[in-house]
Amino acid sequence: MLDTLLPVLLFTALALAALGAVRRVRLWRQGRSSSVPVLKGLLRVPRRYLVDLHHVVERDKYISHTHVATAGGFVLAALLAIVVHGFGLQSAMLGWVLLAATTSMFIGSLLVAKRRRPPPSRLSKGPWMRLPKSLMAFSIGMFVVTLPTAGILPEGVFQQGLGWIAALVLAAIIVWGLGEMFFGMTWGGPMKHAFAGALHLAWHRRPERFSDKTGGEHRSTGLKALRLDEPDAKLGVETPADFTWNQLLGFDACVQCGRCEAMCPAFAAGQPLNPKKLIQDMVVGMAGGSDARYYGSPYPGKPVGEHAGSPFGPIVAREGTSLVDAETLWSCTTCRACVEECPMMIEHVDAIVDMRRFLTLEHGNTPNKGAEVLDNLIATDNPGGFDPGSRLHWAADLNLPLMADKKEADVLLWLGDGVFDMRNQRTLRAFISVMRAAGVDFAVLGNEERDSGDVARRLGDEATFQTLARRNIKTLAQYRFSRIVTCDPHSFHVLKNEYGELGTSETPATYHVQHHSTYISELVSANKLSFKAWKGGSVTYHDPCYLGRYNGEYEAPRDVLKALGIEIKEMARSGYRSRCCGGGGGAPITDIPGKQRIPDMRMEDVRDTGADLVAVGCPQCTAMLEGVVEPRAEIKDIAELVADALVIDAPVGKADSTRAAPALALEETS
Amino acid sequence: MPHDANARANAGLNVAVLVSVGRHPLTAGTRRADQDARAVEMALTLENAAISLLHAGPADPERQQALRGYLGMGLDTLDLLEQSADADVISVLEEEVRHRAPQLILTGSRAEAGEASGALPFLLAEALGWPIVTSLAAVEKVENGTAVMLQALPRGKRRRLRVRLPALATVDASAPPARQSAFGPARRGKFEHQTRPSEVDEPLSGWQFQEARKRPKRLKIVKASSARDRFKAAAAKAEGGGGQTLADVTPEQGAEAIFKLLKEEGVLR
Ligand code: SF4
Ligand code: SF4
Repeated sequence: MLDTLLPVLLFTALALAALGAVRRVRLWRQGRSSSVPVLKGLLRVPRRYLVDLHHVVERDKYISHTHVATAGGFVLAALLAIVVHGFGLQSAMLGWVLLAATTSMFIGSLLVAKRRRPPPSRLSKGPWMRLPKSLMAFSIGMFVVTLPTAGILPEGVFQQGLGWIAALVLAAIIVWGLGEMFFGMTWGGPMKHAFAGALHLAWHRRPERFSDKTGGEHRSTGLKALRLDEPDAKLGVETPADFTWNQLLGFDACVQCGRCEAMCPAFAAGQPLNPKKLIQDMVVGMAGGSDARYYGSPYPGKPVGEHAGSPFGPIVAREGTSLVDAETLWSCTTCRACVEECPMMIEHVDAIVDMRRFLTLEHGNTPNKGAEVLDNLIATDNPGGFDPGSRLHWAADLNLPLMADKKEADVLLWLGDGVFDMRNQRTLRAFISVMRAAGVDFAVLGNEERDSGDVARRLGDEATFQTLARRNIKTLAQYRFSRIVTCDPHSFHVLKNEYGELGTSETPATYHVQHHSTYISELVSANKLSFKAWKGGSVTYHDPCYLGRYNGEYEAPRDVLKALGIEIKEMARSGYRSRCCGGGGGAPITDIPGKQRIPDMRMEDVRDTGADLVAVGCPQCTAMLEGVVEPRAEIKDIAELVADALVIDAPVGKADSTRAAPALALEETS
Repeated sequence: MPHDANARANAGLNVAVLVSVGRHPLTAGTRRADQDARAVEMALTLENAAISLLHAGPADPERQQALRGYLGMGLDTLDLLEQSADADVISVLEEEVRHRAPQLILTGSRAEAGEASGALPFLLAEALGWPIVTSLAAVEKVENGTAVMLQALPRGKRRRLRVRLPALATVDASAPPARQSAFGPARRGKFEHQTRPSEVDEPLSGWQFQEARKRPKRLKIVKASSARDRFKAAAAKAEGGGGQTLADVTPEQGAEAIFKLLKEEGVLR
């Protein structure tokens, strides 16, 4: 009986799966167009899966081993089952391989089951609790039916007496297994992640994220420019169908592992955001319906089941509720911790900014101080609304060389809007004294500099971002410099990664941009600086999101601190897992309330190391962390630490040393 | 907003908002004028009102761009009555208002550029023969051709007024702030462009314009021994000194009193 039943079952399941696949593809194709290399992408799936995706999965050794055993076993078992039981190729050898594959899968499914006992809060329950059992059903079922093929049980054992009953039970188990593994894969079961995930890897919107054999950095973090040249086009994403189809495909690939949720600072602070739920909501919207069948952690403070959406309905309602509330979108600090952590390589931040764009550009609904900041950026080129002619007032005594006078310099020092902030002015002063001590040929733009556009862009105001960026690009095009150095990781990121797309053939906007820590580290390696021995207390280092996760610079700041003789007491969450200070993405401007504040949590991380001082490299981080009430560790920018340790009369670079000296003397007394 | 209560009462209320091109106080860049934007905001919160935006003045691209700031608040069109730069716009506005016959005109109390004398609303109201309400803080309801309005007085006081429509009202910084202007609607909004003959403002041509400078403020030296005294000094009302409130007097007596004061202050000689 099984001999006839098995192929029928297998091929029915496959046919249903194919039908489901067509349906699923049609759901994705509701999205906007986006061109991808279809075949090439498919051919790259194995490498992207085995190298890039595995690289992320491997951060959790347990699940990585589990997944290799389960998924590897399943893929092999499924293929062989089709050959052996579907087409009836009775080869004992294949039978043995099939037995091995199902065994591996079975062991994997035991590990999956163990992981969920009890399930950690970041994992989804509901159908996901069934998955380990379904995996076992498939592997056990396939194992047993293959025993005769491998010659372990006599042929025809399932055809007489008790065998019949065994066969019936077996058939039921196999139906269950096939149902989950084949049918569920394309009809929205937990296994959907495998089907959508593979295609998502093939047609990812940021192919640059994946490595190739040439090595090198594979990072793609700059937001993509919104085209503003068609006046009638809707700006940003209003409905799920306004995402590109491969974004929708990406959302559908989510395996609900909750790694993003575990890393999200806004979620931890009790703000109404959970990146995992957000991605699931996009899936709900794409298919149409309510979020009632979501079995993971909700947005803090927002019970599940009260929101619903449809592919062509608004995601955020102007009044009342629809799929997602606006404050969910405005809670995000764009720290990218979720993206960094996501094993399915889903791009949460892109999606959030896409939706923010619609709210700002079409609804004019940037919350709290948002509208005011954007108005200031439009009118005065800085978020604080300060007189744009007063950018250099803080440096009246520093005699900074202006690009307008010099026309060229080795280093263009990008000061950023921190010039209007008294705290940040101390950092800038420190960095300038370091550059002068090293005899660096530098110049600033002074009043010609404008806000980099970072905040405007994260607040969804792409128009203002592009205006600011284009004006900066035009200014920069007038001067010759070999690199731009800045103390602000946000300016660093946009100048380095987001201006390029807006350059033209006459004014290309590809610059060699460095963060001041990188530059100082180069100066140190070139022996341009000498330091006194470090006498302070213990130090920890806070990685700014826009330097670390956005740009992969984890080493230079640590090297500089090491050169100062500091031994860093690392926080539990540092490097690529650094926790955001809460200052990115315009979050302090939109200021969505939560249960606690993100900077407080970060200072708690600092406290756990017992460090007396936390070294930072970003004006936002400085402001956010210093805003935490005392007692707490002291906060100092790397530039300040370096400037404090400088030994000035050591041999410095020849070129500028004579000119630099008087200004330095001035600073020393100031 | 209790929309529903107002919805029927205001049915078909026809509101015209006069808007001008503003000027940023720090950068002198053109923009939507703050007070005019507040007037638009006020109109937008009137339930069921048909709102038209009206601007009379030159229509070069930069000024149009600034006017789009009002469209970005969610209105589809703005009527642009093109005038030469040296025109006196009162008569063209009067003509347009008579033609459209709105029940309520809202506008800022003073422009941010040009003469900025704040006289336009008064001259226009006079030309139309309509009542004018200054410092409008809220329109509470409109019923049977009468509006109940709140007028802002200094120090946060409010006065409730009953005004027969049609009327003209100006708003200043005491009105609720204007909503954000969104880029998409601002760009898509349309100008209903009409060129109207300009009536040259003769006296204006003889005027000389120069940048206004902030006058230095006289320092108030407070001799206070305690923080409480210092706080009281800082928060104290500006003492007007003198002055009197006249109630129940004839217009003649009132005029007499004002005349006397102006003489005393040396305004009239
Ligand atoms: S970017 Fe950061 S704040 Fe935003 S959803 Fe991801 S983890 Fe949360
Ligand atoms: S978005 Fe990524 S990290 Fe978050 S639950 Fe889904 S698969 Fe996991």
